[in-house]
Amino acid sequence: MKRAAMLLSAVLALGVLVWAQNPLLINGAGATFPNPIYSKWFDVYHQKNANTQFNYQPVGSGAGIRQVTDGTVDFGATDGPMSDDQLKAYQDKRGSAILHFPTVLGAVVPTYNVPGVTTSLNFTPEALAGIFLGKITKWNDPAIAGANKGVSLPAQDIVVVHRSDGSGTTYIWTDYLCKVSDEWKSKVNKSTSVNWPVGLGGKGNEGVTGLVKQTPDAIGYVELIYAVQNNIPFGTVKNSSGSFVKADLASVTAAAAGAAKDMPADFRVSITNAAGKTAYPISSFTWLLIPAKIQDAGKRDAIKGFLKWMLTDGQSYNEPLSYAKLPKEVAEKELKAISQVQ
Amino acid sequence: MATANPTLRGAGPTVGSRSFFSKLKEGDEIARLLTFVFAASVVLITLLLVYELWVNSVLPRQKFGLSFFVTQVWDPVADQYGALPFVYGTLVTSAVALLLAVPLGIGASIFLAELAPPRVSDILQFFIDLLAAVPSVIYGLLGIFIVVPLMRTVIYPALNKPLGFLPIFKGPSYGVGFLTAGIVLAIMVIPYIISVSREVLLSVPRDQREAALALGSTRWESTWKVVVPFARTGIMGSIFLALARALGETMAVTMVIGNTPKISASLFAPGYSIAAVIANEFTEATGDLYLQALIGLGLVLFLLTFILNGLARLLIIVTTQKGSKVAN
Amino acid sequence: MGARLRWRKFVSNFMLTMTGVCAVVSVIALFLILGYLVFNGGTSVNWNFFTKLPTPVGETGGGMANAIVGSAKLLLTASLFGVPIGFLGGIYLAEFSGSTVASIVRYSADLLNGVPSIVVGIFAYSLVVLPFKHFSTLAGAFALGLMMIPITLRSTEEFLGAVPRMLREGAMALGASKWKTISTVIVPAAYRGILTAILLALARVAGETAPLLFTAFGNRFWSKGWGQPTASLPVMIFTYAVSPYEDWHRQAWAAGLVLLGLILIINILARTILSRGIAVPRG
Repeated sequence: MKRAAMLLSAVLALGVLVWAQNPLLINGAGATFPNPIYSKWFDVYHQKNANTQFNYQPVGSGAGIRQVTDGTVDFGATDGPMSDDQLKAYQDKRGSAILHFPTVLGAVVPTYNVPGVTTSLNFTPEALAGIFLGKITKWNDPAIAGANKGVSLPAQDIVVVHRSDGSGTTYIWTDYLCKVSDEWKSKVNKSTSVNWPVGLGGKGNEGVTGLVKQTPDAIGYVELIYAVQNNIPFGTVKNSSGSFVKADLASVTAAAAGAAKDMPADFRVSITNAAGKTAYPISSFTWLLIPAKIQDAGKRDAIKGFLKWMLTDGQSYNEPLSYAKLPKEVAEKELKAISQVQ
Repeated sequence: MATANPTLRGAGPTVGSRSFFSKLKEGDEIARLLTFVFAASVVLITLLLVYELWVNSVLPRQKFGLSFFVTQVWDPVADQYGALPFVYGTLVTSAVALLLAVPLGIGASIFLAELAPPRVSDILQFFIDLLAAVPSVIYGLLGIFIVVPLMRTVIYPALNKPLGFLPIFKGPSYGVGFLTAGIVLAIMVIPYIISVSREVLLSVPRDQREAALALGSTRWESTWKVVVPFARTGIMGSIFLALARALGETMAVTMVIGNTPKISASLFAPGYSIAAVIANEFTEATGDLYLQALIGLGLVLFLLTFILNGLARLLIIVTTQKGSKVAN
Repeated sequence: MGARLRWRKFVSNFMLTMTGVCAVVSVIALFLILGYLVFNGGTSVNWNFFTKLPTPVGETGGGMANAIVGSAKLLLTASLFGVPIGFLGGIYLAEFSGSTVASIVRYSADLLNGVPSIVVGIFAYSLVVLPFKHFSTLAGAFALGLMMIPITLRSTEEFLGAVPRMLREGAMALGASKWKTISTVIVPAAYRGILTAILLALARVAGETAPLLFTAFGNRFWSKGWGQPTASLPVMIFTYAVSPYEDWHRQAWAAGLVLLGLILIINILARTILSRGIAVPRG
């Protein structure tokens, strides 16, 4: 009994021991896609401001929206902008508005595993829509072969892989397909979670990657960073100007550059299928969700300070981690918008 | 299970006209009250949980009513929800898991309790207990890296070639599917069966075994025909635990089941389970009907567990002979 | 006659060998898992792992010190909450209750056991997080404790009931009150089985991720006291394993290894500490 008591007090003491000084803890929740860059930013910022701790947890865009609406976290993050209904729900529940701040740019790429094919395959919008609708079922279908002259494609059934968990990646992918295929738009539409006509569901980017890697004749979609970091082959996509573009930092930034001109005041914009010769068509912003009214003065100043830093110095950390920088015009507009946080 | 000594219940030094307070002073009444409170709290918590699930799934109940149970469509965009594919997947994967884990688990527990030298038994038990501590995420990852390729390269050909005419073994395999999920679940629930069954077997009084052996039975006969039936309710209890775990497992299943809300007869086909779809879509679910439909699925699982438990108990009562231990 | 006996002997040997095979298969699964963890994460289990806070991707030298402490705090608090309820409730079922009440409680426990861990998390969220508007270690411990109750309760009842009549009758004959009999004779006789069950329950909740996502949340920093979000090993494993970075993957495997090590230590400690002075003949 005595020993047990000693053990107990030792553990309790350990718990109390970490009761150090009193830094300000700011909690945020949301998208998984930007987690690597956010963790980098918050770490760097903490080193510059030792008394401020930003604790970000990648629980998913939907969860992030819900948590910030419930008031259990101080800010949210999402790959797909909040809908009007969600904005209204926030207003009703919390009594003020919520603001969107784009942070980085990312892209979603088609990955595949076709035995014998080592080059980068070209995909037209029609091909992608047809494959994911279940209309195009074989790899050597003319819709695919037509864009890949000289590549020998097998007459095998395509195994489609999609995301099973609700995700911003799916939102971006389906948003694109809606823009390029009326049939997709009426049958499936766009969301973080849809009723897929065909295919297996993999959990998370790594689930899709795992399935595609292990299943011959498979095709799936993952975030660009994921494909790059894991050396997975991915294809090019034909953009609205007619060129086949491979996703990389330059082509993603090009997609956003066009958007800067018509950027709405609340920054909620979709840049899939953007205009521009070098633009990669399946690109997207990702946003931080900041309440317009923050009661705690300390938290408010910390958040505003972070946003300022993020839009200026912070952007220099993007590219080493394979995230594209925000276009200058967009960043400048956002800097002005910070004053809306009160 | 019936108490072993009904005549002793409540027997104290004296009976008769004793006031509540004098009984209280002796501590028995306090003990009874205290332990009752805790036992009751379990029921209260469960009721509260059901209440929360009920209240938070009112929208789909209003919209779909009973058709929620039999609809096969799950479309978050069109806001159409049905539970059938998930119920099917939950039942199939749990059945496969138990079919694999129960014989293995009981066999192993017999070995550990009856045959292995105590030291070896204890050490092996330590390790098997560790299996229960492996996070489900890791089971999922190992499922993807080990079981899925194994399924595609070894298990599927071995079953499909000779037995492919049977509906449960028909069709192509992508590695993921009902059978893969069942196998992963079986590994996850085995520690519960082994751990609890072994302890129950160990607690069977020595004289039972010795009596059987003295009457000329072989080692196996004394074990299987005397010791195991004596420990029957404990072993069944461990199977209940295993079943509950299999029904509710989220992370590992979602990584290896294929996450396709379709009903297929083949064990190699991809499917979906209730816990898996909740885990996948809950964090991203936007829109009240969607969210509540997921919670509604949680309620359906509750109902499923309720029915399965009831059926199992009925089975025990029916197959138990008169005079021996009765479950409940 | 001889042939029949030979057959029965053969069956006996065969079946007993089969049980050995079952045991071996079960243990092989574990060693495979351990081997995989050690192979993939062994190199990441270093001093930094135990002492440093997590670092952003690409930076070496990070660790999971806060997650290890967080898991320990969560498990401790969860046990303080779940074990007494399960244990004392089990005593009530085995010693005091009538059979209808017992059935109801048992059924409830089995139902509670079957609730998906994510639903438990959602339940705890609406009960303990929403009203206070923040995540906390307490909320996480509440969710985990709930999950420990059913196993503890059922097993306590089971093993108390298995205590031989003689022990009870002996104590009664000596004039002990019911409670004294329970506490000094019956519980010690059944302690082994009960302890096994509690450790099993602890092992199970130690690896749970889903309930913590909505209760304890997660924390890149140290978590003070019991009212703040806290990092935990399972959540870190989950976050790292689904990332695209090889370094984080290795850390996830390492964390899995450390988690198992933690449970092993708790097992060993619990069994040695609590076995002193209590000797019960086996069988």
